[in-house]
Amino acid sequence: MQAVKMVVTGPFNSGKTQFIQAISEIDVVSTERKISSDAEKVKDNTTVAMDFGRITVDDELILYLFGTPGQKRFDFMWEILSEGMLGFVVMVDSTRPETFREAKSILETFRAYAPTPYVVAANKQDHPEAWELDDLRIALRLDPAIKLLPCVATDREKVKSVLLELLYSILAEMEKS
Amino acid sequence: MPLKGNLRDFSTTNLLNLINLAKKTGTLIIDGPGQGAQMSFRNGKLIYAAMGHEDGNLAAILRKSGRLTDEQVKALRARAATASDKELGLLLINAGYVNQGDIINSLRSHMLEVVYRLFTWVEGLFRFEPAIMPGDDKITVPIELENVIIEGSRRMQEWAHLAEELPNLDMALKFTDRPTANIRNMSLSVEEWKVVSYIKPTNSMRAIARATSLSDLEIRRIVYGLLQAGLVEIVRPEGAPPPRPAAARPGARPVPPPDPKQQVSVVTKLIARIRSL
Repeated sequence: MQAVKMVVTGPFNSGKTQFIQAISEIDVVSTERKISSDAEKVKDNTTVAMDFGRITVDDELILYLFGTPGQKRFDFMWEILSEGMLGFVVMVDSTRPETFREAKSILETFRAYAPTPYVVAANKQDHPEAWELDDLRIALRLDPAIKLLPCVATDREKVKSVLLELLYSILAEMEKS
Repeated sequence: MPLKGNLRDFSTTNLLNLINLAKKTGTLIIDGPGQGAQMSFRNGKLIYAAMGHEDGNLAAILRKSGRLTDEQVKALRARAATASDKELGLLLINAGYVNQGDIINSLRSHMLEVVYRLFTWVEGLFRFEPAIMPGDDKITVPIELENVIIEGSRRMQEWAHLAEELPNLDMALKFTDRPTANIRNMSLSVEEWKVVSYIKPTNSMRAIARATSLSDLEIRRIVYGLLQAGLVEIVRPEGAPPPRPAAARPGARPVPPPDPKQQVSVVTKLIARIRSL
């Protein structure tokens, strides 16, 4: 049995857990705790170690999806989770520009851990306050070659499409090398 | 969809770069701490800028640039108080007080001054309103944003340098016991004299900036000059606790990249599986 993994990362409350929940065939194994910091009390719980989802391909292959903790103080987990990943998804909450800088910083950090392909998922694109993709690309200083994809983390089809785009990028990278 | 946020997270440089690249048309409204500002753009070019509390009419701008005297402005206000900027501009040109170039150059300088001040704002809610444009009575001057961004970035570098030299505005100042220069013999600006008048160990630099209505950049620039001249030194404000050292962050461990050649079939299988979900 071979297991491969992809990582879903991004700032606090960007929708990583929902993203994995939307596609995983098992109930997501979350390590969530009540939020203790007043500054981060935009939701009740947050991931402190990782989220864990699974997609079985066949008898010999399983894809694991790991969601990283979003709060800065748990960033020691990021490097552990990034080891051996096929690629990663950076989730960005399109409605919260205050998190864009952090999203860019997380992206750079993961790029430094492993030079694997990645895509950026602009979450909450169904929200009226969401920034447009073109504006987000400039705000995040993303190269035109980087895929910036519209996403709604609670919508399975949108999540599928983000994962497929990541896999296409991984395949293209492999064929190139 | 709205373009809004806080300068704390998305700086003036970032915003102008976005507006320039996306060639946006509309007005950027910023509510900073204590004052507001607005800048209007057409197809990614700056065309108008105003600081909320300041007198931004043409007569005041021309007086500030030295094109009109105080007496001339007073006379204009008495005779043409209700005239729009455009009407006033025509009046002044016809009367031979100024020419069109004077007006455009003065407006350009005024707009750039507003924008460069915004580069020093580190806090402030902003929103971009595509439907709001300056009124027909206002004179607009198109300015390419590239040079504005470059100059603003240069000023930001100065700001960063000064912030590095003077990182903590909660520290206070005191006059040196044996100054290398005599303050009475120095040529200080009005702002510098104001700062000097507040210097004592109980006043933090932040408090002095507040009392003299100076921005963080302006107070740092003045204090840096006074420090370089050997007139003042930095001291902890009387009664303040000693600062705590910042925690060090451990370095990242490099991870070897995977071998992609062996994984092509795995990825192909994954694609097929996810498509089928």
